Amino acid sequence: MRRYSAAAIVREAARHHEGWERAWASPEPKRKYDAIIVGGGGHGLATAYYLGRNFGLTNVAVLEKGWLGGGNTGRNTTIIRSNYLQDPSAAIYEKARALYETMSQDLNYNVMFSPRGVMMLAQTEHEVRGYRRTAHANALQGVDTEFVGPERVKELCPIINIEGPRYPVLGALWQARAGTARHDAVAWGYARACSAMGMDIIQKCEVTGVRSSNGQVMGVDTTRGPIDCDKLGIVVAGHSGALAEMAGFRLPIESVALQALVSEPIKPVMDVVVMANTVHGYMSQSDKGEMVIGGGADGYNNYTQRGSFHHIEETVRALIETFPIISRLKMLRHWGGIVDMTGDRSPIISKTPLGNCFINCGWGTGGFKAIPGSGWAMAELMARGGSPLASAFTLERFREGRFIDESVAAGVAH
Amino acid sequence: MLLLTCPHCGIDADETELAPGGEAHLTRHGPGATDDDFESYLFLRDNPRGVHLERWRHANGCGKWFIAARCTVSLEVFGTYPAQTARPPQHVLDAIEAKRPGATRKLPVMEGAR
Ligand SMILES: Cc1cc2nc3c(=O)[nH]c(=O)nc-3n(C[C@H](O)[C@H](O)[C@H](O)COP(=O)(O)OP(=O)(O)OC[C@H]3O[C@@H](n4cnc5c(N)ncnc54)[C@H](O)[C@@H]3O)c2cc1C
Ligand SMILES: [Zn+2]
Repeated sequence: MRRYSAAAIVREAARHHEGWERAWASPEPKRKYDAIIVGGGGHGLATAYYLGRNFGLTNVAVLEKGWLGGGNTGRNTTIIRSNYLQDPSAAIYEKARALYETMSQDLNYNVMFSPRGVMMLAQTEHEVRGYRRTAHANALQGVDTEFVGPERVKELCPIINIEGPRYPVLGALWQARAGTARHDAVAWGYARACSAMGMDIIQKCEVTGVRSSNGQVMGVDTTRGPIDCDKLGIVVAGHSGALAEMAGFRLPIESVALQALVSEPIKPVMDVVVMANTVHGYMSQSDKGEMVIGGGADGYNNYTQRGSFHHIEETVRALIETFPIISRLKMLRHWGGIVDMTGDRSPIISKTPLGNCFINCGWGTGGFKAIPGSGWAMAELMARGGSPLASAFTLERFREGRFIDESVAAGVAH
Repeated sequence: MLLLTCPHCGIDADETELAPGGEAHLTRHGPGATDDDFESYLFLRDNPRGVHLERWRHANGCGKWFIAARCTVSLEVFGTYPAQTARPPQHVLDAIEAKRPGATRKLPVMEGAR
């Protein structure tokens, strides 16, 4: 793999950009791999990357039914933060956030990580108490957050109306090191790094069955023929239920649509991310100038990647109250992704009832921020059979009542 | 926008009038049930790509619960029936079979309650 660098740009500029290599190879699948990862989203690709980087396991294939990042990874609003309440969440999300800081250098691929700061507005007394509690918890967890008052909110984001009639801004949980990144670049950067380690990144290859014998996984059936493997990692977000059925177990997961939208591009008006969980909306401004907007998830099972319009209406209505300046903006695009919601709104990184078959799912509305930490933990689990970062996120916790209840901390998509 | 007919009051309600209630026909286990039973009632879901029997409440209408048979891939609705029904009525099963031959056999409620 030829490295990207300033010198490379100069060199290519001088020869009509004809020397850029393909970022990753697209080989035919082999008959057998040491490990197969199903799902070429951020979490699947990060898992493969850390299997190679941290454990030297490179006879690995990533099988993606569509194109890389075509699932939720390329559909999300890219908020990266780690101000969670529960210790296991704070540990894995903070690990991920820290890895994002050096990801562009580590992968030699610009993922445009922008630690511009994330502000979660408190608009009820209950939220004030809740976020103060989170700030205290974060202090104990070593996660750098603070609770700030309304004046500071206005200073950080002048376009906010802090005196809204129904939900005035009473303060905010502020994480200065949080921010955003370029979503596709995260998937592409990992894919390129995996390919450089000799792994096979195979697109347009749908897994249609899981083969097993004596309770151990043997391989998968795909639209490009059967492929054997010693270990299988299922990392398919909204489609986890379908894969689990192929592997013969059930999941505490329901798949629902979550939507987002962007406005026409405008001059820079805000340089932080603002989330308003009480009124169900959040917004940031992309580097292109578009206002990136998201809200709540639908309440019913759905695999169509199209959500209900009334959620868009509710979100936009709430954000216009919070940011009156956007009331005349035209919306350019609007889309949906199928998110995998667990009973306690926390993810699953776990062994499964099928031997040597592992699953990573349930990131629901908020897993983009977790991609590097999740891949790190999943790779460790697959390579070693256990991972400190993943140990709380087992499938068994639902039977045993050991929930990691984060819905209290962020009752909104993010 | 999803349109469902409330089987109680007969109104064609759009989804802003309705509250979703998740997978239908789950067995609610009582005291003394095993951890596995509770897990299956509280958390484990079929989450099918296809025909789904699900609970809805006519929240901004008559207030009653009912069950809808709906496809999660096409968003097609095959029928609705009152929540007090232990098994989908024949006309709903027929409507599903007409569009998705063989699908009713795979419904968990047809294999016996979980
Ligand atoms: C509108 C929206 C906004 C969001 N906003 C944020 C945010 O601001 N911050 C945040 O942290 N998170 C956010 N999220 C959540 C985040 O996008 C997801 O949690 C994360 O991207 C999940 O990544 P993944 O790799 O697990 O799944 P995906 O990116 O969905 O990847 C799964 C892949 O598996 C493939 N697949 C499925 N079935 C098969 C099969 N049978 N064979 C082969 N491949 C298969 C799919 O094609 C897909 O590419 C948002 C999500 C949405 C939809
Ligand atoms: Zn009614």
